[in-house]
Amino acid sequence: MKVFRLSQTELDNMVQQWSQNRRVYRPAADRQQSAHADCAPGWERVAGSAPLTMAVGPPKTSVKTFLFPQPETMQTFSLKSSDPDKALMKEPEKLTEKQIVAGLRPCDARSVMLNNLPYREDPFYQANLARTVMVGFTCSAMCATCFCDQVGGSPMGTEGLDIAISQIDGSFVAEVLTPAGEELTAGLDLAPADDTDINALAARRAASPQVDSAKLAALKGRDLNRLYEAPLWKPLGESCINCGACTFNCPTCYCFDVQDEVVRGYGRRIRYWDSCMFPLYSLHTSGHNPRGRKMQRTRNRFMHKLKYFPDRYGPFSCVGCGRCVQDCPVNIDIREVMSDLLTVE
Amino acid sequence: MISYLPYPVRIDDIVVETEDGNLKTFKLVFENETQKKAWKHVPGQFAMLSLAGQGEIPIGIASSPTEEGHLLFTVNRAGKVTTALHQMHTGERMGVRGPLGNGFPIDTDMKGKNIVIIAGGFAVTTLRATLIYLLEHRQDYGKITFIYGARTPGMLLYRDEMKQWAARGDLDLHVTVDREAPGWDGLVGFVPTIAGQVAPSPENSVALICGPPIMIKFTMPPLEKIGWTDDLVYLSLENRMKCGEGVCCHCNVGPTLVCKDGPVFTRTQVRKLPVEY
Repeated sequence: MKVFRLSQTELDNMVQQWSQNRRVYRPAADRQQSAHADCAPGWERVAGSAPLTMAVGPPKTSVKTFLFPQPETMQTFSLKSSDPDKALMKEPEKLTEKQIVAGLRPCDARSVMLNNLPYREDPFYQANLARTVMVGFTCSAMCATCFCDQVGGSPMGTEGLDIAISQIDGSFVAEVLTPAGEELTAGLDLAPADDTDINALAARRAASPQVDSAKLAALKGRDLNRLYEAPLWKPLGESCINCGACTFNCPTCYCFDVQDEVVRGYGRRIRYWDSCMFPLYSLHTSGHNPRGRKMQRTRNRFMHKLKYFPDRYGPFSCVGCGRCVQDCPVNIDIREVMSDLLTVE
Repeated sequence: MISYLPYPVRIDDIVVETEDGNLKTFKLVFENETQKKAWKHVPGQFAMLSLAGQGEIPIGIASSPTEEGHLLFTVNRAGKVTTALHQMHTGERMGVRGPLGNGFPIDTDMKGKNIVIIAGGFAVTTLRATLIYLLEHRQDYGKITFIYGARTPGMLLYRDEMKQWAARGDLDLHVTVDREAPGWDGLVGFVPTIAGQVAPSPENSVALICGPPIMIKFTMPPLEKIGWTDDLVYLSLENRMKCGEGVCCHCNVGPTLVCKDGPVFTRTQVRKLPVEY
């Protein structure tokens, strides 16, 4: 693994150099908005020489906007009667253009790997994963809403990143972690980090909050039906208004809906983010709805993240980015739900 | 890697199955010879029927893998896609994606056993596929009991075929309707009642039950009375689905995905799940 030391100017030059022949995205200065039409709120495309600065906390939209964009075209078709291929579903051209996401945080980077568990065989996600290079910024401070350390991550984590950049004493230390990261740094005139930098980085990592494995294991080991029947869902379901903000902003909420849209005889089948908070999500055509009540949907979201997903894939489906805590209009806090679940009789 | 691309198929034949006209059986043939040859399914599996511009719906495969060269789907007109499908004509193109799900354990738990099939209403479709398969491999299975009921004689599916099955003599066929009807000289009574009267002992047997939840609920007590246990009973669940490949999450029942882990489950498995189906 190569480790480089960069000044702010060198960092900005490096990013600018990348942006000359690739699409490079970074968190927008305004974390809620985006100055560019092709970016989701909180992100912008790098153009010109504006320096890369890292405000504390994650951008409004999670990194899933790059790996699991919406809408995503699954197939195209024609409905023209004159067309011999009428109603024939065709695969869209595969996207291969490289993109670089620069400045994402370890929580978002980890979400890419977690979503890759259910999406391992998904052709669209895999194609996007293959064309995306992730250059992350580790966190030297945590927001009041951050809790990556409580769900298996770390503010100094590198999981999912190709290059991890840490700010140390006014300059930057870049750890090149993968072949894709090496490709990005190859040919650049970068100074290798010295022992002082590497030791400082190791010390920072050692001092960062550590995962409480015992607590994680305790929650994972709880009986599913016991948690499902727990009394806490009732008050939680009463306050939740099922707005879906938590699911849309969540980097590890990965479910999708599929719809056909047709304009003037030509159509496409698209998928886009859905939310288990909505009654339509589980509604049968017969009118029967297995999760017809608000409380059942609230419960499903938390149970999926903290029990169903771990039972199926291992880790929690949560990276502790805190977006759901920040954005919930009725102040539901997943950290409280977690500790309540640990104490369920 | 998953492919979400439906195979192009043509509607080769359409049969109106029921007196209310709401159930039609679509016979579909593949446009592409390679795809036709590659298609292999197990009774109990389902597929996504795709209508360009309308969407996709998960429907149980009504034909047996032994009926080569085409696929049958019996579809109830209920929502957007099924309504559009009911308006389609022979010769038109649509799509099929699959086969999806696990299917009945024809080669494992069912092999060499006596098979009891209990069906209510139009849930009989994948059980038709199963029965045809069993009859084609008659020597691999023991006694076969087929119990099927609908509200009225006119609501029974596959009536012509049932006459042929009745004439075979190598299966025990019990077809019933809910109440007396003119011209009906067969059994009268609800499926649970008939099942209680004719079901054999559970010894070396398995049961496959598909029907409305209320039918399944009332069919179990008479079976339990003669010794049937949950592990011998196979059910097929259904839930709203989008991908059918265990990715989109729509069909989850707790940690279980109906599309991928099911749709066929033993009753023992179903009882461990939250009631979200």
